[in-house]
Amino acid sequence: MTVPTSPMRRWLQSRRARRAGGARTNDEWVAAVRGRDADGLADLRVVLVEALRPTLRRLAPAQAEAMAEDFAQEGLLRVLDRVDSFRGEARFTTWAVKVAVRLAYTELRRLRWRDVSLDDLLEAAPGAAPSADLEAPDAALAADERVRLVRELVAEALTDRQRTAIEAVMLRGMPLAEVAVRMGTNRNALYKLLHDARQRLKRELEARGYGPDDLLADDP
Amino acid sequence: MTLTPAVLKALLRGAARTRPDEIGCDECYQELDRFAELALAGRDAAEALPLVADHLAKCGNCREEFEGLLEGLRALQPRPLRSLFRRGR
Repeated sequence: MTVPTSPMRRWLQSRRARRAGGARTNDEWVAAVRGRDADGLADLRVVLVEALRPTLRRLAPAQAEAMAEDFAQEGLLRVLDRVDSFRGEARFTTWAVKVAVRLAYTELRRLRWRDVSLDDLLEAAPGAAPSADLEAPDAALAADERVRLVRELVAEALTDRQRTAIEAVMLRGMPLAEVAVRMGTNRNALYKLLHDARQRLKRELEARGYGPDDLLADDP
Repeated sequence: MTLTPAVLKALLRGAARTRPDEIGCDECYQELDRFAELALAGRDAAEALPLVADHLAKCGNCREEFEGLLEGLRALQPRPLRSLFRRGR
């Protein structure tokens, strides 16, 4: 999947994208998109390609150019579909880039994790996930009374779904959005589920005499 | 389930930093374009939209999308002609 681009062609594309970004007011952009204006849509597509390129070069360098084109096209369709939800609180092109960036990240995560089921993930030996805290060796942390208490509270006070989400996201490193798909929910609801878990832990810890300062202090 | 001490410590910190008025990913996404424009303009986006800043500090997926949005918006900012001769950009 490669799209040949010369430095000159790319520079011309960049210049067109930067000019197109500022060439219309928000109202003009919305009218162009709603009216399926060919020039407007072509300009917006160029804007999206240019905006997606740096992130894709960083995340998928070998396929960045082709992906930028593909995701810009898909992003354009999504913008067409959702233009009525644009609230005008930012520039139209900023909003459109946001839509395309969300789409690109969602697809990249899906591709990265597509062969991993939740069962496989939870059964695998931990270690692949990035450690949440490298400041202290595990032995020192394990000796921390607060850490021992949290371990008990996770087992006793949280729900099965909360424990599953914590393990998948925090221990195994699967993105929230991908865990949500596998748990039959969505990313927003899963964030809320984890928020409720954190709140429950906080209440239980406070009931045992640990205030926020005690919890954040580095040393036991 | 065996959570490692490092994950338990992260949970401890997460519990300490939990606030009752946290917003979710959907609400964060709604405000993300405005937040990004404030940040790019050099304004204090976290002061203007503190709940968005709080969510971005706690949600890795939203944070990486915010960084991708910033990268994209920077690419659309005016660039001098000499960038044509800078290879590998």
